[in-house]
Amino acid sequence: MQLISSDGLTILSGLAFLVFSANTIVGALVAIVAKSLIRSVSGLALCFVGMAGLYYYLHSPFLALMQIVIYVGAICIMIMFTMMLAEPRESTDVTLRGRVLSVLALIGCSLMAVGLMFLVGTSSWPVTERVEAATVKDIGRDLLNRHGLVFELISVVLLIAILGAILIARSGRRKT
Amino acid sequence: MTVWNLGLFLEPYLMIAILLFVIGFFGLLHHRTIIGMLISGELLLAAASLNLVAFSRFQSPDPVTGQVFTLFIMGLAAAEASMVLALIIAMYRNYRSVHASTLNELKG
Repeated sequence: MQLISSDGLTILSGLAFLVFSANTIVGALVAIVAKSLIRSVSGLALCFVGMAGLYYYLHSPFLALMQIVIYVGAICIMIMFTMMLAEPRESTDVTLRGRVLSVLALIGCSLMAVGLMFLVGTSSWPVTERVEAATVKDIGRDLLNRHGLVFELISVVLLIAILGAILIARSGRRKT
Repeated sequence: MTVWNLGLFLEPYLMIAILLFVIGFFGLLHHRTIIGMLISGELLLAAASLNLVAFSRFQSPDPVTGQVFTLFIMGLAAAEASMVLALIIAMYRNYRSVHASTLNELKG
Protein backbone atom coordinates (compact mmCIF):
# COMPACT_ATOMS: atom_id res chain seq x y z
CA MET A 1 0.00 0.00 0.00
CA GLN A 2 1.04 3.54 -0.61
CA LEU A 3 1.35 6.27 1.99
CA ILE A 4 1.19 9.12 -0.51
CA SER A 5 -0.57 9.07 -3.87
CA SER A 6 1.54 9.48 -7.00
CA ASP A 7 0.14 12.97 -7.50
CA GLY A 8 1.28 13.85 -4.01
CA LEU A 9 4.75 12.49 -4.76
CA THR A 10 4.98 14.57 -7.93
CA ILE A 11 4.03 17.71 -6.05
CA LEU A 12 6.48 16.87 -3.27
CA SER A 13 9.37 16.35 -5.67
CA GLY A 14 8.46 19.49 -7.58
CA LEU A 15 8.41 21.42 -4.33
CA ALA A 16 11.85 20.08 -3.41
CA PHE A 17 13.13 21.08 -6.86
CA LEU A 18 11.79 24.62 -6.40
CA VAL A 19 13.38 24.82 -2.97
CA PHE A 20 16.76 23.71 -4.34
CA SER A 21 16.59 26.18 -7.23
CA ALA A 22 15.66 29.01 -4.89
CA ASN A 23 18.53 27.93 -2.62
CA THR A 24 20.97 28.17 -5.50
CA ILE A 25 19.83 31.56 -6.76
CA VAL A 26 19.41 33.18 -3.34
CA GLY A 27 22.75 31.79 -2.19
CA ALA A 28 24.48 33.25 -5.24
CA LEU A 29 22.78 36.61 -4.68
CA VAL A 30 23.83 36.65 -1.03
CA ALA A 31 27.38 35.71 -2.06
CA ILE A 32 27.57 38.74 -4.34
CA VAL A 33 25.53 41.39 -2.55
CA ALA A 34 26.50 40.79 1.10
CA LYS A 35 28.56 43.52 2.74
CA SER A 36 30.94 41.33 4.71
CA LEU A 37 32.92 38.60 3.02
CA ILE A 38 32.07 36.04 5.72
CA ARG A 39 28.43 36.33 4.65
CA SER A 40 29.51 36.02 1.03
CA VAL A 41 31.16 32.69 1.76
CA SER A 42 28.10 31.51 3.67
CA GLY A 43 25.97 32.42 0.66
CA LEU A 44 28.38 30.52 -1.56
CA ALA A 45 28.00 27.43 0.63
CA LEU A 46 24.20 27.76 0.46
CA CYS A 47 24.39 28.05 -3.32
CA PHE A 48 26.54 24.92 -3.56
CA VAL A 49 24.17 22.91 -1.37
CA GLY A 50 21.32 23.93 -3.66
CA MET A 51 23.38 22.89 -6.67
CA ALA A 52 24.01 19.50 -5.09
CA GLY A 53 20.23 19.07 -4.92
CA LEU A 54 19.94 20.03 -8.60
CA TYR A 55 22.59 17.44 -9.47
CA TYR A 56 20.50 14.89 -7.65
CA TYR A 57 17.56 15.81 -9.85
CA LEU A 58 19.81 15.39 -12.88
CA HIS A 59 20.35 11.71 -11.97
CA SER A 60 23.92 12.17 -10.79
CA PRO A 61 24.00 11.50 -7.04
CA PHE A 62 27.77 10.95 -7.11
CA LEU A 63 28.26 14.50 -8.35
CA ALA A 64 25.92 15.78 -5.65
CA LEU A 65 28.07 14.13 -2.99
CA MET A 66 31.28 15.42 -4.57
CA GLN A 67 29.78 18.91 -4.79
CA ILE A 68 29.13 18.94 -1.05
CA VAL A 69 32.44 17.32 -0.11
CA ILE A 70 34.69 19.41 -2.37
CA TYR A 71 32.95 22.76 -2.57
CA VAL A 72 31.14 23.13 0.73
CA GLY A 73 33.56 21.04 2.75
CA ALA A 74 36.87 22.12 1.27
CA ILE A 75 36.74 25.28 -0.80
CA CYS A 76 34.36 27.32 1.37
CA ILE A 77 36.25 26.39 4.52
CA MET A 78 39.54 27.26 2.85
CA ILE A 79 38.24 30.65 1.76
CA MET A 80 37.02 31.27 5.30
CA PHE A 81 40.43 30.41 6.75
CA THR A 82 42.15 32.77 4.34
CA MET A 83 39.71 35.46 5.29
CA MET A 84 40.56 35.03 8.94
CA LEU A 85 44.27 35.31 8.12
CA ALA A 86 43.91 38.31 5.86
CA GLU A 87 41.07 40.27 7.54
CA PRO A 88 39.67 42.11 4.51
CA ARG A 89 37.56 45.20 4.98
CA GLU A 90 34.51 45.85 2.83
CA SER A 91 34.89 44.21 -0.52
CA THR A 92 33.02 46.63 -2.74
CA ASP A 93 33.91 50.12 -3.81
CA VAL A 94 31.79 52.55 -1.79
CA THR A 95 32.86 55.77 -3.49
CA LEU A 96 30.48 57.48 -5.90
CA ARG A 97 32.51 56.35 -8.91
CA GLY A 98 32.47 52.76 -7.67
CA ARG A 99 28.71 52.86 -7.18
CA VAL A 100 28.12 54.25 -10.65
CA LEU A 101 30.36 51.57 -12.16
CA SER A 102 28.48 48.88 -10.21
CA VAL A 103 25.13 50.13 -11.48
CA LEU A 104 26.49 50.13 -15.05
CA ALA A 105 27.76 46.58 -14.54
CA LEU A 106 24.34 45.58 -13.19
CA ILE A 107 22.62 47.00 -16.27
CA GLY A 108 25.02 45.22 -18.61
CA CYS A 109 24.65 41.91 -16.77
CA SER A 110 20.84 42.14 -16.77
CA LEU A 111 20.92 42.76 -20.52
CA MET A 112 23.13 39.70 -20.91
CA ALA A 113 20.74 37.63 -18.77
CA VAL A 114 17.73 38.74 -20.80
CA GLY A 115 19.50 37.94 -24.07
CA LEU A 116 20.63 34.50 -22.96
CA MET A 117 17.19 33.65 -21.57
CA PHE A 118 15.62 34.77 -24.83
CA LEU A 119 18.00 32.43 -26.68
CA VAL A 120 17.17 29.49 -24.42
CA GLY A 121 13.45 30.18 -24.61
CA THR A 122 13.23 30.52 -28.37
CA SER A 123 15.50 27.68 -29.47
CA SER A 124 14.11 24.16 -29.65
CA TRP A 125 15.95 21.38 -27.87
CA PRO A 126 15.55 18.03 -29.57
CA VAL A 127 14.78 15.33 -27.05
CA THR A 128 17.00 12.27 -27.27
CA GLU A 129 16.07 8.98 -25.68
CA ARG A 130 18.30 8.11 -22.78
CA VAL A 131 19.70 4.66 -22.21
CA GLU A 132 19.76 4.66 -18.41
CA ALA A 133 21.19 6.67 -15.56
CA ALA A 134 24.92 6.27 -15.01
CA THR A 135 26.04 4.47 -11.90
CA VAL A 136 29.20 5.23 -9.93
CA LYS A 137 30.72 2.13 -11.50
CA ASP A 138 30.14 3.53 -14.99
CA ILE A 139 31.70 6.84 -14.01
CA GLY A 140 34.79 5.14 -12.57
CA ARG A 141 35.23 2.96 -15.63
CA ASP A 142 34.88 5.92 -17.98
CA LEU A 143 37.22 8.03 -15.87
CA LEU A 144 40.02 5.48 -16.04
CA ASN A 145 39.52 4.17 -19.57
CA ARG A 146 38.40 6.81 -22.00
CA HIS A 147 39.48 9.86 -20.00
CA GLY A 148 42.55 8.24 -18.44
CA LEU A 149 45.02 10.78 -19.81
CA VAL A 150 42.94 13.73 -18.61
CA PHE A 151 42.58 12.09 -15.23
CA GLU A 152 46.37 11.77 -14.87
CA LEU A 153 46.90 15.33 -16.11
CA ILE A 154 44.44 16.64 -13.53
CA SER A 155 46.36 14.86 -10.80
CA VAL A 156 49.61 16.46 -12.04
CA VAL A 157 47.89 19.87 -12.08
CA LEU A 158 46.67 19.35 -8.52
CA LEU A 159 50.15 18.32 -7.38
CA ILE A 160 51.75 21.38 -8.95
CA ALA A 161 49.04 23.61 -7.51
CA ILE A 162 49.69 22.23 -4.02
CA LEU A 163 53.46 22.73 -4.39
CA GLY A 164 52.98 26.22 -5.78
CA ALA A 165 50.54 27.17 -3.05
CA ILE A 166 52.97 26.03 -0.35
CA LEU A 167 55.84 27.84 -2.03
CA ILE A 168 53.95 31.10 -2.49
CA ALA A 169 52.40 31.12 0.97
CA ARG A 170 55.74 30.34 2.63
CA SER A 171 57.96 32.83 0.83
CA GLY A 172 58.67 36.02 2.71
CA ARG A 173 58.01 34.36 6.03
CA ARG A 174 60.67 35.17 8.61
CA LYS A 175 62.75 32.21 9.71
CA THR A 176 62.85 31.80 13.46
CA MET B 1 5.29 21.52 -18.25
CA THR B 2 3.66 22.57 -14.98
CA VAL B 3 5.21 24.10 -11.90
CA TRP B 4 5.53 20.70 -10.24
CA ASN B 5 7.45 18.80 -12.92
CA LEU B 6 9.94 21.52 -13.86
CA GLY B 7 12.78 19.22 -12.83
CA LEU B 8 12.04 16.90 -15.75
CA PHE B 9 12.83 19.47 -18.44
CA LEU B 10 16.04 20.99 -19.71
CA GLU B 11 15.07 24.65 -19.76
CA PRO B 12 14.76 25.29 -15.99
CA TYR B 13 18.31 24.05 -15.47
CA LEU B 14 19.56 26.29 -18.26
CA MET B 15 17.73 29.25 -16.73
CA ILE B 16 19.31 28.58 -13.33
CA ALA B 17 22.72 28.25 -14.97
CA ILE B 18 22.20 31.56 -16.81
CA LEU B 19 21.24 33.28 -13.57
CA LEU B 20 24.28 31.84 -11.79
CA PHE B 21 26.57 32.91 -14.63
CA VAL B 22 25.20 36.43 -14.75
CA ILE B 23 25.30 36.83 -10.97
CA GLY B 24 28.89 35.60 -10.94
CA PHE B 25 29.84 37.94 -13.78
CA PHE B 26 28.30 40.89 -11.98
CA GLY B 27 30.14 39.90 -8.81
CA LEU B 28 33.40 39.81 -10.71
CA LEU B 29 32.85 43.43 -11.74
CA HIS B 30 31.33 44.54 -8.43
CA HIS B 31 33.90 43.22 -5.96
CA ARG B 32 37.17 44.98 -5.35
CA THR B 33 38.99 42.38 -3.26
CA ILE B 34 40.62 39.29 -4.67
CA ILE B 35 38.61 37.05 -2.30
CA GLY B 36 35.33 38.47 -3.62
CA MET B 37 36.53 37.93 -7.16
CA LEU B 38 37.43 34.33 -6.31
CA ILE B 39 33.93 33.74 -4.93
CA SER B 40 32.40 35.14 -8.13
CA GLY B 41 34.70 32.97 -10.22
CA GLU B 42 33.49 29.91 -8.33
CA LEU B 43 29.93 30.87 -9.26
CA LEU B 44 30.91 31.07 -12.93
CA LEU B 45 32.46 27.59 -12.78
CA ALA B 46 29.36 26.27 -11.00
CA ALA B 47 27.15 27.62 -13.80
CA ALA B 48 29.32 25.92 -16.41
CA SER B 49 29.23 22.56 -14.67
CA LEU B 50 25.47 22.74 -14.12
CA ASN B 51 25.10 23.30 -17.87
CA LEU B 52 27.33 20.33 -18.65
CA VAL B 53 25.40 17.96 -16.40
CA ALA B 54 22.02 19.21 -17.66
CA PHE B 55 22.98 18.71 -21.32
CA SER B 56 24.46 15.33 -20.54
CA ARG B 57 21.23 14.31 -18.80
CA PHE B 58 18.77 15.49 -21.45
CA GLN B 59 20.59 15.75 -24.76
CA SER B 60 23.30 13.13 -24.98
CA PRO B 61 22.88 9.39 -25.40
CA ASP B 62 25.94 8.87 -23.19
CA PRO B 63 25.09 9.76 -19.58
CA VAL B 64 28.63 9.53 -18.20
CA THR B 65 30.65 12.14 -20.09
CA GLY B 66 29.03 15.22 -18.61
CA GLN B 67 29.52 13.95 -15.08
CA VAL B 68 33.16 13.10 -15.74
CA PHE B 69 33.81 16.54 -17.15
CA THR B 70 32.12 18.13 -14.17
CA LEU B 71 34.45 16.14 -11.92
CA PHE B 72 37.38 17.55 -13.90
CA ILE B 73 36.01 21.06 -13.47
CA MET B 74 35.76 20.45 -9.72
CA GLY B 75 39.40 19.33 -9.60
CA LEU B 76 40.55 22.37 -11.54
CA ALA B 77 38.44 24.67 -9.38
CA ALA B 78 40.04 23.21 -6.26
CA ALA B 79 43.52 23.75 -7.70
CA GLU B 80 42.62 27.29 -8.74
CA ALA B 81 41.16 28.15 -5.36
CA SER B 82 44.20 26.86 -3.48
CA MET B 83 46.53 28.88 -5.71
CA VAL B 84 44.48 32.06 -5.36
CA LEU B 85 44.26 31.68 -1.59
CA ALA B 86 48.03 31.22 -1.32
CA LEU B 87 48.47 34.33 -3.46
CA ILE B 88 46.09 36.23 -1.19
CA ILE B 89 48.09 35.26 1.89
CA ALA B 90 51.36 36.30 0.23
CA MET B 91 49.78 39.54 -0.95
CA TYR B 92 48.44 40.36 2.50
CA ARG B 93 51.85 39.70 4.01
CA ASN B 94 53.51 42.14 1.63
CA TYR B 95 50.88 44.85 1.19
CA ARG B 96 48.60 44.53 4.27
CA SER B 97 45.59 44.65 1.95
CA VAL B 98 43.67 42.31 -0.31
CA HIS B 99 42.26 44.98 -2.59
CA ALA B 100 43.04 44.44 -6.23
CA SER B 101 43.84 48.13 -6.68
CA THR B 102 46.94 47.86 -4.45
CA LEU B 103 48.61 45.63 -7.01
CA ASN B 104 49.62 48.50 -9.28
CA GLU B 105 53.42 48.38 -9.35
CA LEU B 106 53.48 47.58 -13.06
CA LYS B 107 51.29 50.61 -13.85
CA GLY B 108 53.05 52.94 -16.26
